[in-house]
Amino acid sequence: MMPCTPNIDLNLCKGCGICIDMCPYKVLRLSDDVSSRGYHYPIVTGDCRGCRVCENYCPDFAISIVCGEDVEKSIGNR
Amino acid sequence: MKLAKHFSRRYLREEVLPTNFCPGCFNGVLINALSKAFLELGIDDLRNYVFVSGIGCSSWIPSPYIKADSLHTLHGRAIPVATGVKLAKPDLEVIVIGGDGDLASIGLGHLIHAARRNMDLLVILVNNYVYGMTRGQMSPTTPMGLVTATTPYGSFEYPIDICRVIASTNANYVARWTIAHFIDLKNSIKDALSRYRRGFRFIEVVAPCTTYVARRLGKRAGEVIKELLKLGVRIKDLNDLDKYSREGKIGIGILKAEDKPGYVELYREYVRRAVSHGRT
Amino acid sequence: MVTGNEAIAEGAIAAGCNFYVGYPITPSSEIMHYMAEKLPRIGGVFFQAEDELAAINVAIGASWGGARVMTATSGPGFSLMQEGIGYAVMTETPLVIVNVMRVGPATGQATKPAQGDLMQARWGRHGDQAVPVLAPESPQEAFELTVKAFAVAEELRVPVILLSDEFIAHMREVIELPNYESIKIPSRRRPKSLSEAPFGSRDPRIAPPMPPLSEGYYVLVTGSTHNEWGYRDTRSFETHYKLSKRLWNKVWLNIDKIFEYEARYVDDAEVGFVAFGSVARSVKMAVKILREKGIRAGFVRLKTLWPLDLKPIRSLCSMCKVVIVPELSLGQLVLDVERANEGNAKVINYGKVGGGEPIYPRELVKIALEGLKS
Repeated sequence: MMPCTPNIDLNLCKGCGICIDMCPYKVLRLSDDVSSRGYHYPIVTGDCRGCRVCENYCPDFAISIVCGEDVEKSIGNR
Repeated sequence: MKLAKHFSRRYLREEVLPTNFCPGCFNGVLINALSKAFLELGIDDLRNYVFVSGIGCSSWIPSPYIKADSLHTLHGRAIPVATGVKLAKPDLEVIVIGGDGDLASIGLGHLIHAARRNMDLLVILVNNYVYGMTRGQMSPTTPMGLVTATTPYGSFEYPIDICRVIASTNANYVARWTIAHFIDLKNSIKDALSRYRRGFRFIEVVAPCTTYVARRLGKRAGEVIKELLKLGVRIKDLNDLDKYSREGKIGIGILKAEDKPGYVELYREYVRRAVSHGRT
Repeated sequence: MVTGNEAIAEGAIAAGCNFYVGYPITPSSEIMHYMAEKLPRIGGVFFQAEDELAAINVAIGASWGGARVMTATSGPGFSLMQEGIGYAVMTETPLVIVNVMRVGPATGQATKPAQGDLMQARWGRHGDQAVPVLAPESPQEAFELTVKAFAVAEELRVPVILLSDEFIAHMREVIELPNYESIKIPSRRRPKSLSEAPFGSRDPRIAPPMPPLSEGYYVLVTGSTHNEWGYRDTRSFETHYKLSKRLWNKVWLNIDKIFEYEARYVDDAEVGFVAFGSVARSVKMAVKILREKGIRAGFVRLKTLWPLDLKPIRSLCSMCKVVIVPELSLGQLVLDVERANEGNAKVINYGKVGGGEPIYPRELVKIALEGLKS
C-alpha cells in the first residue's frame, strides 16, 4: 500500500478538531502544546491510508494528504 | 522540503487567509465542496464566474475569500444584485451564497421571486439555524425549542422549510444536503453548473452554527458532522419531507430537477416578439 | 410634444441607457411604460422588479455588469431605495435615479405634486454621502438634465438623482431634440492594468477606473469600508477617513462641472425669489408682472440642488430687501437661503402645501408687494 502522510499548515489550523473526529482510522490526535497562533493542532500518530476525508472537512484548508514519492519531500506539519 | 497546499487554495485569495471564521465553522467545508466541484469540472480559474453575497457569515465566503469577481452587497439584496449582473451579462455564471438570515429572512421576497421567474442563478443557502454574525439570534429556520440569543426560553415560532417553498415555484433545480454529505453536495454543485445550467438552481446546505448552536448544545463541530450523517435521510418525493420532519430528521436529496428555459431565454424570446411588433 | 416623464425616458435613451429597472409608482410610471416599449426593441434590457428594494439593487448589479442603467420612482419608492443609493455611493456605482416628487410623507397624495424630498435627495442615506441632485423645470430640461445625469454618473462613478415633480411629469410641451450623435457620454474608465486600484485615486477629483467583470480583475466590490483595492478594512481609522473624504471630494471638487443655475434681473433687484423645479415657472411670471409694475424683481433658479454653490443666492440676498422662497413643502430650500443670507435681506418662507394647487404668480406678486411695504 502506498504510504501517505498528512501535512498540516499551522499558519492556517485553528485546532477545531474536525479532522481528528472524522478520520476513519484514528490517525490523528490533538497536540498537548499550542502552535504559534495559540491553537492545539493535530498530530499524526498512525498510518494514514490517504482517504482524504480530513481534507474535505477541514474548514481552514490546513490539512493536505501527500502520497507516494512526495511523502519524503513533505514535512508533515510546520 | 515543502508543505503541501490544500486543494481549495488555488481558488482562494491567499493574502486573506486564515479566514475570520470561527474554529470549526462549516463555511470552510462548503468552500471545499465548491473547490472540488470546480476541480472536477476542469475549471482552472474563476474568471467567468461572478459571486454575489449579502451580509452574514456565509456571505463572507466569496468576499473576500474566493478569488473571483465578487459583489458583497446589502443585507438581503444579493439576489436582486445578482439578477442585475446576469441580465446585463447573460453569458456569465452568477452564483449567490448567503445564509438563512440573508436569503430567507430579509431577502425571502427576492428569493421567491427569483425562483418564480426561474432566474438563471445558482443560489447556495447555508442554513445554520441562527443569525450567526450578529451573535446567535433566532432566524426563520430555527427549530422549535432551540435556545438562541432572542429565544432564551426556547424558540416557539414555526420555522420555514425553505427548500419546500422554493420547490413549489417554477425553479428548475432544488436540492438540500447537510454539510456532512460532502460528496452529494459537491455533486449537486457540479450538476447545477453543468447538467442543469439554466434557470433557478437552489441548494440548501444544512450546517448548524458551530459557535451559537453546537457549542450551546455542548457539541464539537466533528460531533455535529457525525450526527448530521445520521439525521439526514434521503427523500423519495416531497411527501417524505413531512414524514421525516415529524421524526426529527432532515430530509435531504434532490427535490426537483428540470431543465426548463430560464428567465434569460424567456426574455430573449420576448425581445424577438418586441422587435417584430407593429407598434412604433 | 411630450410630457416631462416621456422627456426623461427619451433623454435616457439619447444618453445611451440600455437597462431600465423599476417598480410602478404614481406619478412616475409613464417613464417605465415608455422604457418597456422602447428598450427591448433597441437591444436593451427592461426589467420590472418586485419592489423598489429589488429595483435599486438590480440597477446596481446591472451597472457592475457594464450597463448604463436608470430607475424611476416617487417618494415612497425613493425612501425604500435610500440604502441602495448609499451602497452605490460607497461602491462608486454609476446610476441614474429619477424621483418624481409627490405629496408625502407615507402614501400622502399620490397624484399631487410636491417638493418635500429636497433634503432627502441630498441626505437620505445614513452616513456621509455626496450625491449630485439635478432639478429640471420643464420637459425640455427634463430631457437635457437626464442626459447630464448619465454624463455625471459615468464620469464620476456616482449615483445621480434627478428630482422632478408631478407637474413636470404630466405637463405637455414641445421639446427640441438635439442630434443624438452629438451627445457624448464618457464611457467609464477601465483600469490600465491589474495594478491600477479600482477604489482609490491620487487625484481626488478623478474617479478610480471601474474594472469590468469576467476579465480577470477579480474585483472585490463591498459596501463595507474598504481600502483602494476593495479589501474590507473596518479596523483602521485612516482607511475610512480617506475613503469618505475622497467620496465627498469626488463630487464637491467637481462643483464647476455639475452646478448650474439661472439668475435673471438680479443686478438691481430689491425683491428676489429663489426656487427650483415647476415652482420656478410661476416665479418667472411673477417677476415679469412685478417688473411691469415698476418693481425691481429678480430670481435665482437652481438647476442643481447638490452640490450647492451658495454664491448666487448670497449675492441675491445681499442686494435685495426681501427674498421670497416659494416651494411646495413647508420649507426646505428656505433653509439654504437663510444660511446664505448674511443678515441683509428679510427671507420669507412661502411653503404651499395641500397638493394639486400650484403656486400662482399672483400669490407671489402679492407677497412681494407686501414684503416691500413692511
